[in-house]
Amino acid sequence: MIFGVTRIVNFAHGSFYMLGAYLAWTLVTNLPRGHLGFWGGVLAAALIVGVLGVLIEVLLLRRIYKAPELFQLLATFGVVLIVQDLALLTWGPQDLLGPRAPGLRGATEVLGVRFPLYELFLIAVGPVMLGLLWLLFHRTRWGTLVRAATADREMVGALGVNQRMLFTTVFFLGSVLAGLGGALQLPRESVNLQMDLAIIAEAFVVVVVGGLGSLPGAFLAALLIGQMQAFGILIFPKITLVLAFLVMAVVLVVRPHGLLGRAPSSAHAAQVVEPPLEATPGWGRILLLALLALAILVPPFLGDFALIVFTEIAIMVLFAASLHFIMGPGGMASFGHAAYFGLGAYGAGLLVKHLAAPMEVGLLAAPFAAGLAGFVFGWFCVRLSGVYAAMLTLAFAQIAWSAAFQWVEITGGDNGILGVWPSAWAQPKLVFYYLSLVLCVAATLLLRRAIFAPFGYALRAGRDSPLRAEAIGMDGFHIRWAAFTLAAVAAGIAGGLFAYSKGSVFPTYMAIPRSVDALLMVLLGGVQTISGPIVGALAYTWIHEQLMRLFELWRLFLGAVILLLVLFFPQGLAGVARRRA
Amino acid sequence: MILGRRGTILAGGAVLAAPAVQAQGADGPIRIGEINSYSSQPAFLMPYRNGWTMAVDEANAAGGVNGRRIETVFRDDAGRPEDAVRHAGELINNERVHLLSGGFLSNVGLAIADFANQNRRLFVASEPLTDALVWARGNRYTFRLRPSTYMQCAMLVEEAAKLPARRWATVAPNYEYGQSAVRWFKELLTRAKPDVQFVAEQFPALGRIDAGATVQALAGANPEAIFNVTFAADLTNFVRQGSTRGLFDRRRVVSLLTGEPEYLDPLGDEAPENWIVTGYPWQELNTEGHRRFREAYRSRFRDHPRLGSVVAYDTVTAILAMLRKSGSTETDPMVEAMRGLRFNSAFGEAEVEFRALDHQSTLGAYVGRTAVRNGRGVMVDWHYADGRKYLPSDDVVRGLRPQA
Repeated sequence: MIFGVTRIVNFAHGSFYMLGAYLAWTLVTNLPRGHLGFWGGVLAAALIVGVLGVLIEVLLLRRIYKAPELFQLLATFGVVLIVQDLALLTWGPQDLLGPRAPGLRGATEVLGVRFPLYELFLIAVGPVMLGLLWLLFHRTRWGTLVRAATADREMVGALGVNQRMLFTTVFFLGSVLAGLGGALQLPRESVNLQMDLAIIAEAFVVVVVGGLGSLPGAFLAALLIGQMQAFGILIFPKITLVLAFLVMAVVLVVRPHGLLGRAPSSAHAAQVVEPPLEATPGWGRILLLALLALAILVPPFLGDFALIVFTEIAIMVLFAASLHFIMGPGGMASFGHAAYFGLGAYGAGLLVKHLAAPMEVGLLAAPFAAGLAGFVFGWFCVRLSGVYAAMLTLAFAQIAWSAAFQWVEITGGDNGILGVWPSAWAQPKLVFYYLSLVLCVAATLLLRRAIFAPFGYALRAGRDSPLRAEAIGMDGFHIRWAAFTLAAVAAGIAGGLFAYSKGSVFPTYMAIPRSVDALLMVLLGGVQTISGPIVGALAYTWIHEQLMRLFELWRLFLGAVILLLVLFFPQGLAGVARRRA
Repeated sequence: MILGRRGTILAGGAVLAAPAVQAQGADGPIRIGEINSYSSQPAFLMPYRNGWTMAVDEANAAGGVNGRRIETVFRDDAGRPEDAVRHAGELINNERVHLLSGGFLSNVGLAIADFANQNRRLFVASEPLTDALVWARGNRYTFRLRPSTYMQCAMLVEEAAKLPARRWATVAPNYEYGQSAVRWFKELLTRAKPDVQFVAEQFPALGRIDAGATVQALAGANPEAIFNVTFAADLTNFVRQGSTRGLFDRRRVVSLLTGEPEYLDPLGDEAPENWIVTGYPWQELNTEGHRRFREAYRSRFRDHPRLGSVVAYDTVTAILAMLRKSGSTETDPMVEAMRGLRFNSAFGEAEVEFRALDHQSTLGAYVGRTAVRNGRGVMVDWHYADGRKYLPSDDVVRGLRPQA
């Protein structure tokens, strides 16, 4: 619902769910036992979460609706980090087990199998909620407005509807439902600090598989994935890691707008046409050159650890630049860009492990492995648009991740590949740093060159006006596909270097958090600027590294820093430089 | 290095260059770099950190080791091996620590171990359970305190073999620890009792168990007994669904780690009864050493110790013993001192030894049955399983540790 109306990719929804569960635990264990205490506690928890949701909407998101698409994601991610540490401070590290629901403690026999009453109750709650929401959306003026806004937000605004009010109320209801979902888990599961991230990916999968903005679709998708899960594990017990994402990949390939979703009406949908990209303004260019000069001149005077961090920053700059290439000029967000980073690392690592290949060969293999994957996955992804494309990249990334995780004989599973150290001549940290710097700067400059080449112009034409671009004879599909592959190659170079700088390769290199890191870097820097990813990667890697070292509650601080940056630089760090210039 | 420091200043505000530590001399403090997943595994690691602090403070109050104070630099890897490796680099190069310790997750432990090997530094792994750490990928510089997956499985198999059950099912989290636990359990139990049969196995994703479906899948195979490896939130949800759905009625359950207070406490009065588990019976363990430890911990933190507290306390104790034995903070003498090092665990049982053969300590675990007393889960009928009895023969170990 929130996504349909506000187009916000709300990472904090998982946090609302977790807070709902924690608050319900506090209320239910403190209120008198019995029906009133339990159900009252559950409902109160949901309402409190709703109020929190409104607070976040009013204080934070409302200020940045004008920012580029997906930028709000950054803000909600800041909220996630803050909530994680606050929940740890408030409720402590130990898992909490709530009481069971009064009157629904036991089990009953269904077809000879003992089945918990509470699960039966939940099975009923689902359709009832669906029915209530359907009534709300189809029988009230408010609901009609919400549906209208989902279909065509600009038109609703043009007709004089108070959008602010609509957004806030939608956010309230969405948060209440998330809180209620968490609170209703109380009698089933323990309340713990991992709940938020465990649920959020699956919630997105369900929404996308069902089709954005389609409630029955989401319901159907949840049912489908739940059933697949229950029966899938009977045949393939180890499929649990990847099942939901497999379903999503299949559904999106077959039905690009989800099960019950409709293609967005493109007739008059206000396509935001991005202003033409300019080369970084004069003083900005001087600044970047000065940074580069520093990056070349200073390191010989630094200690080993500073070199390690500099190397990591150089690699992250390339990684962010590669994501920016498809996100900015390509106009396609990727939620799974870490796949190519990780595959680059595995390309190198596997050669070392199985063929004892030297570093030079490994570094060559990295972009090939990543590029090949980008070539194959890209063919599916670039045919989709918007969030569907982004979610399909996520699905492929998760499939690649689970292959690395589960295929123990080849990849070493989650214990990873060890001993991926550079060749003897590149062992000194300084040499390896310069090697990384040269490769990363060269690849980043190459990407920049591509943006301003005819290829880059064609890519941007396809982003801003697909119809006109096709009309003058440009093959949008092939151009985007090539761009996707190129971005994957660049990410692969970064991944290969990363593997040798760490000496090991693990599935975490292509897990969701790394994809999120890349997104954060690009968004923080500013999507629609050339220097954005560079600035973003510098800032994010540096802040992250510093906070993690200095504070125990680094997530709290990192979240707060992100929120501040978001509020003060809604165009990204490099974007603000642009405006001032 | 002098150049390095001046360069730091030259770089003006070069924040990266962090506090360069001068205290390298023979009289300065001995510095330990401790890397752990503090933010992603707080339930185990907060008590761990308490135990650590207590041990270090006690040592310093007694005048330190060899006349030098002990200092610890803590770093949080957030569960990511690549971050752990970066911290290791920082601790060695910037903070000038003398040795590394820590590691909760197996892959983090392996990453630090490989780093230690590459950089020739001592790494005392406290917690990671994977067998690879000391066997398949063991190296000269890495030592591990806790009983490994293999050892804990062997302890449970001894009990499982006494049960009449023939048809077994297994449930384990879907990652290396779960997979190797199931593999060892099957292999060792089949060796002890060739007529057992494994009729079902479930591998829910770590931290995301679909407990209802998993329980139903296990019940569908109708086993006589179940081997469980899930822990933490997965365990809680599994137990709740399992007891409501009657999975545990008339079935014996053998379960890894479930007797540890970290995992037993959250279950409260819903703790499963009569499971055969490995764990830590902190209430009833009244050896002299442990009584002292428990009281000291209680009076300082107003809470009872968890297994994490013991692991941390013992890690520090072992490091201190090693420092006394070697009288040096150079890596090679420290490694030599670790080999065959003997020290007393907070359990207060027989002396523990870091085997020279494979760098695994002989610290054991407690094996017993679960029960509910006064609304909380406890271990009963427990005994101490000494780690040295549950390791394969030396020849087998040499085969498992080819490179050493």
